[in-house]
Amino acid sequence: MPAAAARVVLVTGVSRFLGARVANTLQADPGIDRVIGVDTVPPATTLGRAEFVRVDIRTPGIAEIITSAGVDTVVHLDLVTAGTARAKAKELNVIGTMQLLAACQRSPVMRRLVVRSSAAVYGSSPMDPAVFTERDEPAEAPSSGYAKDAVEVEGYVRGLLRRRSDLIVSVLRFANLLGPGVDSPLTRYLRMPVVPTVLGFDPRLQFLHEDDGVEVLRRMTVEDHPGCFNVAGDGVLLLSQALRRAGRPSVPVPSLSAFGGLGRRFAGLTGFSPELLRWLTYGRVIDTSALARELAWRPEHDSEAAFAGFVAARGHGGAAPAHLVDRLATALGRGGA
Amino acid sequence: MNPSAGRPSEDAQVIRLDGARHDGGHPGDEPGDGPGRLDRGLAAGLAFLRRRLAGDYEVDEFGFDPHLNETVLLPLARALYEHWFRVDLDGLGNVPATGGALIVANHSGTLPLDGIMLTVALHDHAHRPVRLLGADLVYQVPVLGHLARKAGHTLACQADASRLLGKGELVGVFPEGFKGVGKPFGERYRLQRFGRGGFVGTALRAGVPIVPCAIVGAEEIYPKIAELRPLARLLGLPYFPVTPTFPLLGPAGLVPLPSKWRIRFGEPMTLAEYDADAADDPMTIFNITDHVRENVQRMLHETLERRGPAFF
Repeated sequence: MPAAAARVVLVTGVSRFLGARVANTLQADPGIDRVIGVDTVPPATTLGRAEFVRVDIRTPGIAEIITSAGVDTVVHLDLVTAGTARAKAKELNVIGTMQLLAACQRSPVMRRLVVRSSAAVYGSSPMDPAVFTERDEPAEAPSSGYAKDAVEVEGYVRGLLRRRSDLIVSVLRFANLLGPGVDSPLTRYLRMPVVPTVLGFDPRLQFLHEDDGVEVLRRMTVEDHPGCFNVAGDGVLLLSQALRRAGRPSVPVPSLSAFGGLGRRFAGLTGFSPELLRWLTYGRVIDTSALARELAWRPEHDSEAAFAGFVAARGHGGAAPAHLVDRLATALGRGGA
Repeated sequence: MNPSAGRPSEDAQVIRLDGARHDGGHPGDEPGDGPGRLDRGLAAGLAFLRRRLAGDYEVDEFGFDPHLNETVLLPLARALYEHWFRVDLDGLGNVPATGGALIVANHSGTLPLDGIMLTVALHDHAHRPVRLLGADLVYQVPVLGHLARKAGHTLACQADASRLLGKGELVGVFPEGFKGVGKPFGERYRLQRFGRGGFVGTALRAGVPIVPCAIVGAEEIYPKIAELRPLARLLGLPYFPVTPTFPLLGPAGLVPLPSKWRIRFGEPMTLAEYDADAADDPMTIFNITDHVRENVQRMLHETLERRGPAFF
């Protein structure tokens, strides 16, 4: 959809990998006058001509920047999954979003808002439909953690849209990001020496390659695509299948609490979050056809490729049991001949 | 018509086909003759194992894993189908060869083996995978949930049914639900209420025919003569059955009685005379639901008579 190009873009969460990558991509676009990245700590990577402003989006300081710089497009990527204490993460996700949206509502030049949400808003339960479209309500709404934050953030975004119907608002429900640059509870889980799985369950999973995630965010920033969209790589992997392809040894663990303990002990996680556990038990699949129709574009990497890319970058790879079987087959072939 | 006659070694056939498919990748297993049979069996088994261990198979968005289904799940069920229940089929020609269709069958047997046998029947003889719509309980139970998905089945909900029918899949549903599968032996072959007719709305919206189906024989596999309500409540199950052998004989009581089965597919009901709005008219839905139910009940009586004695 052609549109008046974004002139001044503000990117939140610019010190994390997704924010940094999006800011870098946008600053390379000559159609954009200024790219302003904000975060509480300076970014580790260089952002090119993008400017970094150290501001906490939970404070009114963010409103000052939006007004003084004449920001017309806000790309909100400051949704924290974990790594920080839960209370602090919630504060950042929910209160930060509220402040940011309040500032957006005030600004007369503001015209476009892009929010990175998460497919976690659909929850994970055995009563789920096999595939979620954007219109579907969760069978069991997420009651805790990051997923609940995402639900609340989306609620505030809808509120803003009611009050400022002139804004173009895109909400993107991302599947789990994977890629060489991603560090998330999921990647830490997958890097455990022996990956625990929930005994008796084999969830269906989808992954989004970071390159595709960045591309979707770029398109949403420079073009008008109002609405809520699921974003995921094509195709579906089962957890067991993904681990086999990665050649990662796994061990089924009977109870969820034992599972959480393993995470604490071996993965350096503050325990697995309840929503990650539910996802690893019941899985979730989202329908991305609305995004494909809107952008006339499909992710370059399907779920399988995103996962393979992650595995290759980590230097795991190589399915040891399969090699064993090969050797056995060769030995048998020699013996039988 | 007895489809099991004239196909004496289905299992062997499957292994051979599978072996042939993977022979190319394994220089070790030359297709020899005579004494090579065991080797080839072994090689096929190893090829299968290798493919599984490497994760080298595809699943669809519902979690359907055709490779596992064809090589493990179906052969297990097929043994029961051919040698234990000796299933006969009628009216196979009524199952559409292509395109979406909704198979509506009676449900019985205390444990839903009728769904598994219907899957084998349609896979082997209509050459189509049937995608059954199951209760959410199935997907809460460890192991059972993901095996059901890998076998191609999914949750009984409007969204999943519409999605599958929209993709031109053959979908199977048991509208009686737990009321059918868990009814006492004394009420055998008497259809229960057909849910709330949700399946009719789904078929109307998708514009697919309804194929009525009568499954005779499942009623006798676990004759439920009583149930233990407190235990069921404790375990969160819809019922806890007492059969002549269970729980009396412990796990041995779980062996189904070898009843003789007969599955009949009725003429497709096209629903073409209804327009799209009919799906939103409850009275039309009720009428069609009753019509389908009467059809299945009539077919049940006829098929029951044709089957003859229950066990031989």
